[in-house]
Amino acid sequence: MLRDITIGQYYSVQSKIHQMDPRFKIIASMLYLISLFLVNQIIAYTAVLIFIGSVIKLSKVPINYILKGLKPVFMLIIFAFLINVFLTSGTGDPIFKFGFVTIYLEGVERAFFMAIRLVLLIIGTSLLTLTTSPIELTDGIEYLLSPFKKIGLPAHELAMMMTIALRFIPTLLEETDKIMKAQMARGADFESGNLMNRAKALIPLLVPLFISAFRRADELAMAMEARCYRGGEGRTRLNVLRYSSLDLYGLFVMVLYLAVCIIL
Amino acid sequence: MSIKIMDLTHVYDLKTPNETIAINHIDLEVETGEFIGLIGHTGSGKSTLIQQMNGLLKPTSGEIIISGYNITEGLNRPINKKKKVTKAESTQRKKRLIEVRKRVGLVFQYPEYQLFEETVEKDIAFGPINLGLEEAEVKLRVKNAMEVVGLDYEAYKERSPFELSGGQKRRVAIAGVLAMKPEVLILDEPTAGLDPKGRDEILGQIKSLHANEKITVIIVSHSMEDMAKVASRLIVMNKGMIVLDGTPKIVFKQIDLLEEIGLAVPQISYLIRALNTAGFSMDETINTVEEAKDALIQILNKRIG
Repeated sequence: MLRDITIGQYYSVQSKIHQMDPRFKIIASMLYLISLFLVNQIIAYTAVLIFIGSVIKLSKVPINYILKGLKPVFMLIIFAFLINVFLTSGTGDPIFKFGFVTIYLEGVERAFFMAIRLVLLIIGTSLLTLTTSPIELTDGIEYLLSPFKKIGLPAHELAMMMTIALRFIPTLLEETDKIMKAQMARGADFESGNLMNRAKALIPLLVPLFISAFRRADELAMAMEARCYRGGEGRTRLNVLRYSSLDLYGLFVMVLYLAVCIIL
Repeated sequence: MSIKIMDLTHVYDLKTPNETIAINHIDLEVETGEFIGLIGHTGSGKSTLIQQMNGLLKPTSGEIIISGYNITEGLNRPINKKKKVTKAESTQRKKRLIEVRKRVGLVFQYPEYQLFEETVEKDIAFGPINLGLEEAEVKLRVKNAMEVVGLDYEAYKERSPFELSGGQKRRVAIAGVLAMKPEVLILDEPTAGLDPKGRDEILGQIKSLHANEKITVIIVSHSMEDMAKVASRLIVMNKGMIVLDGTPKIVFKQIDLLEEIGLAVPQISYLIRALNTAGFSMDETINTVEEAKDALIQILNKRIG
């Protein structure tokens, strides 16, 4: 049941997108996010769709896999859609009126764009994590944050914390699954009952999970110290990030895409 | 209680790129009161198999019948969340699951990691309470279960399970399953990570439980020595299939086959093989130290005499 979560997961295949430099990919996804909020016309959205579509195609990640990641946020999208439909007031005549509920054309339009925007936003950001391994990702973030070291930002420590957090997501999921099964074997029921009962049913799961998380953290800290870890000071890397010609092409495409977005 | 497994198959991640067959068309029959050792390499499907027997995993195909009660029937989890399950259906399913878990008790690997209550007594009572038993009955069962695993009820009932030693924690966890009075007790590596004394004690307790209560016991283990000592029947799994099935004496004769699939035989069997090539003629089916000692004394006495 916990195997279904795809958001933030890495999809391991060889592709042009996978080979790009993580720093470039991070910046490109940021620009992509900005571009989503620049466009507000149907034609411009086709440009976005063509862009993200070709990136997906190049990345060799199956489209179904990406869409599966949308499932958990589906409710949020519906919610945002409805809020916009009902709460936007327009200038023209309402297209629907019943009691206190009035719906304007502008509202529907805005809700529609909002929903598309959210979907594209999630697809775009999940593409970043799908095509970049967690290690690369945090390396990239560390590089990008290192200019801020001068004003006292602990870039290396932040990146290390992120690496560890990402590294332990699957471990903790596995652990959760195991403890859940062990308690179910003792007759625990996680699925039925009202909200109160369900919350109570989580105690036998959460207590052991927290204890084991703390134990793991303790052991990890010990193991790191045993290998002389002392923070980022003077630390060199095994794989130094290098821009390649791929990133140049990427940059070209990105500039083109942004230009199209701004013009439209 | 007798267990009957018919043509059982389990596939993880069906219809995805990660599809793996964990169990491949297994047929197995276990008689009431047997003491079974289930051995196999990591990833041979042992854990999947024992989780099936407890209704934690639903088989892809096949059936499991435990003393005439089909536990694979009516377990269908609502796969599609959109389809609302009616209340009657869900209570029906819950009832069936409780029936299954009443019959089959499963102790996971490192069971001490599942402890969560403030006191030992409350933790052991978790299972029986989930079965919907009365308070007096729960208390009685907790007491009995603690007795079986060798924990003094009065001394330990109020203590926090987290301040106990590793071996004691494990006893508490095993007692938590025993208190549900299962007819079949399945243990996944109950002695992993324990010191030799703790290991012998827990194995001894399981063995006397088996003798006194006449329940069926299935132990998953990597220790061939332990298995030779306690089990009356060994089942060897490899790549999701049963490759050997018989008494320890028969199974441990197949040294070459066992080594081929990444297992071993008890060290004493290697010693006897070496002694036999050196000119001793000892019974090759000997697989415990005690038996070997007696046999050696006999042979040596004969030589002197």
